Amino acid sequence: MQDADPRLNARRNNLVIACVCVALIACLPLVVKDVYAQNVLVLTLMYAALSQSWNILSGYCGQISLGHALYFGAGAYVTELLFTKFGVAPWFGMAAGGLVAATIAAAVGYPCFRLKGHYFVIATIVIAEAGYLLMLNWDYAGAAMGIDVPVRGDSWAKFQFLRSKLPYFYFALAFAFVAWLVTWMIEESRWGYWWRAVKDNAEAAESLGVEVFRSKMAAAALSAFLTAIGGGFYAQFVSYIDPESVMSFQFSLLMALPAVLGGIGTLWGPAVGAAILIPLTELTRSFAGGSGKGFDLIIYGLLVMGIALGRPEGIVGALSRRMRRSAA
Amino acid sequence: MSESLLDVRGVTQRFGGLVANADVSMQVRKGEIVGLIGPNGAGKSTLFNAIAGVRKPTEGSIYFEGRDVTDLGAPQRCALGVARTFQVVKSFETMRVVENVMVGAFVRTASAAVAREKARATLDFVGLRGRENAMAGELTPPEKRRLEVARALATEPKLVLLDEAMTGLTPAEARQGVDLVRAIRDRGMTVVMVEHVMEIVMPLIDRAVVLDLGRVIAEGPPKEIVRDERVITAYLGERHRARSA
Amino acid sequence: MTTQAVAQSLASGLLMGLIYGLVAAGLALIFGLMDVVNFAHGEFLMTAMYAAFGLYVAFALDPLASAPFVAAAMFVFGAIVYLGVVRYAMSASANAGMVQIFATFGLGIVMRGLAQLLFTPDYRSIPHSWLGGKTVQVAGIFLPAPQLAGALVSLAAFGALWLVINRTDFGRALEATREDAGAVALVGIDRKRIFALGWGLGAALVGLAGAVLAMFFYIYPDVGASFSLIAYVTVALGGFGSVFGAFAAGILVGLVEAATALALPPSLKYVGIYALYLIVVVVRPRGLFGSL
Repeated sequence: MQDADPRLNARRNNLVIACVCVALIACLPLVVKDVYAQNVLVLTLMYAALSQSWNILSGYCGQISLGHALYFGAGAYVTELLFTKFGVAPWFGMAAGGLVAATIAAAVGYPCFRLKGHYFVIATIVIAEAGYLLMLNWDYAGAAMGIDVPVRGDSWAKFQFLRSKLPYFYFALAFAFVAWLVTWMIEESRWGYWWRAVKDNAEAAESLGVEVFRSKMAAAALSAFLTAIGGGFYAQFVSYIDPESVMSFQFSLLMALPAVLGGIGTLWGPAVGAAILIPLTELTRSFAGGSGKGFDLIIYGLLVMGIALGRPEGIVGALSRRMRRSAA
Repeated sequence: MSESLLDVRGVTQRFGGLVANADVSMQVRKGEIVGLIGPNGAGKSTLFNAIAGVRKPTEGSIYFEGRDVTDLGAPQRCALGVARTFQVVKSFETMRVVENVMVGAFVRTASAAVAREKARATLDFVGLRGRENAMAGELTPPEKRRLEVARALATEPKLVLLDEAMTGLTPAEARQGVDLVRAIRDRGMTVVMVEHVMEIVMPLIDRAVVLDLGRVIAEGPPKEIVRDERVITAYLGERHRARSA
Repeated sequence: MTTQAVAQSLASGLLMGLIYGLVAAGLALIFGLMDVVNFAHGEFLMTAMYAAFGLYVAFALDPLASAPFVAAAMFVFGAIVYLGVVRYAMSASANAGMVQIFATFGLGIVMRGLAQLLFTPDYRSIPHSWLGGKTVQVAGIFLPAPQLAGALVSLAAFGALWLVINRTDFGRALEATREDAGAVALVGIDRKRIFALGWGLGAALVGLAGAVLAMFFYIYPDVGASFSLIAYVTVALGGFGSVFGAFAAGILVGLVEAATALALPPSLKYVGIYALYLIVVVVRPRGLFGSL
């Protein structure tokens, strides 16, 4: 092994960069004391993690889902139902939510993975919408009224903090790092290669021994599991959930967009995209305020269109292409 | 007679009212290079897909190493040792060349390091050394053909199915292709190739199976095949007559 | 529940179904022509509804009278969207499928934002249209006049569409383009022109649907969302790209919705449609009327 593999070097560098980033971000609360700003930080980290999860199925495996709100909602509802009805600590609730979401993903995937391209996208939208409708009408889960998370006092055991946002911030950071790490590990694993092969050409993948259907199912289950963890976290963070606030279509979109912006199917894309998109959304929303509602949507939409048309490989994709070119 | 590796028994493939293969039977022995030839629309690709497991035949069965594999899909057949290339190349365009080949290697190992080593060795073997880190989408068409072969070889097949692997190559490139096919056989693999360019195939293959209108019309060593009346009328007909006239 | 009530509700379901078919027709046309799903379809509808509303406010023009103008304006708008956005999305070098989805999605978000900016998120309605609040009694069944007119407009539009596709040069070019875009270029049909006209025609159909809906439905920036969902389901049921499949599926969706409303509380009225969609996805993924 004389000639060091450039790719393995790059992998090690990525890991180092990620650790440094996590360490730096962990120090941010020393500077950022404003509650609103901390709130934006938490949301940014959460969407980085969620988009990273979405990226596993839609970016790496190429099955574009616009129904991930279903898994997000499943995580939120399972966590809070277990917490409020049975007193189960949210830690177990999130894990259970993840498993429920993975199961739903498999059940949804079973018929839908036979569909191609646009058919699949539309199926994910409609099924998530059907789930939303069911939650609106399920009385046990509070129906349209939702669930108010009861106050049990600040503690890590109950994963509930009213006085400070910081514990949520550190959890969100850990969540984002774990989601990134999972992707990092996938990139150099058999599943990772299989998923990318399925995305690029399913027929060729099959001829090389890849079980395409099973690969998609595995990607969907993993993606849904991680997304549901985010749902459980969000429920604890905002301490009130209803179908509108955790299952509406905008969540599906918000999970997809950071990855699209940063670079779909890339390791850093979701994190980079979330770091730009979420603060920008919050900023425009607070600037435009009540009067000019709509400005945030316009900027947002233009950004999405611009990226899709101008830089379809995303920010990270465009950068790495430029680096490859200058290296060659 | 050496043992049979592939045994196609009475395969019929219907698409609606169209019969693409009618009661096709053929055997391939270990270590052979067999050419599957015939005019356009003879059903070569259909038979190829049946052997590779892309589409289950309407009737008949396929045995590989004495085992009935008719009901197995393409991935399982690949795991048993059947690998193929495509007539229209299907590279994983957004992946690097070495990564393309690794996908194939992963059918035998779960370790990325092992798969990468094997992919490198395979790329050396097919003559793509130095192109490992290029994106597959950036390769020239002849390079893409080699990549397809490398990907298939990385699955450690016993039987390699080459679908018009020489089509579109210059004569010089085709000669290199011929050398590559020989090298594959020398490594102990068996080769079945569909090919249009007769001049290239005939000296290379041990045996030809000729299809016309979905049926096997002749089978034997190339020297005999080119003299076979049915083959001449069905396939070589016009050109042969033109030449003798 | 009397048979009278059942007949009443199925009749309104039929009328709504015809309108759903009209809402979905443009989506199906464009998909069939060039394999692109317009994810801004709901916003096209919303725009058309505001256009009808605007013409009513400015010139006291009833939606029924303004429908042709709205359709014409939407035709131009659709062609512009193709030439200005979709054309570039289709020529994307990387992630082509993703680009189409998010380019039209982004467009939809921008349109919604503009609507909020220009018209505020308030709910609008056209209070005194010709047919508003009137009913027509047929065999003891009361039919709301606006819906009835909408259904008739839908029937007329599909009739005209049939003539366009089967009897005109443009229709033949349209058919040829959808069958084999590559060969068409050889024959000398200008693909770009056909696609632009296809988008125009598709948007014009949405324009008609928008004008019709403006007669009896609230108008607000997000109004497209629920209708676009129904349109996706309709198009998926009808078989993507089949315009007349969308027509039949629209009727089916309207009837199923009405039947669901009879059996379940109003908040669950879409359950039947979703269930129908899921069954079709499992049993017949290409849609009820789609060819394989």
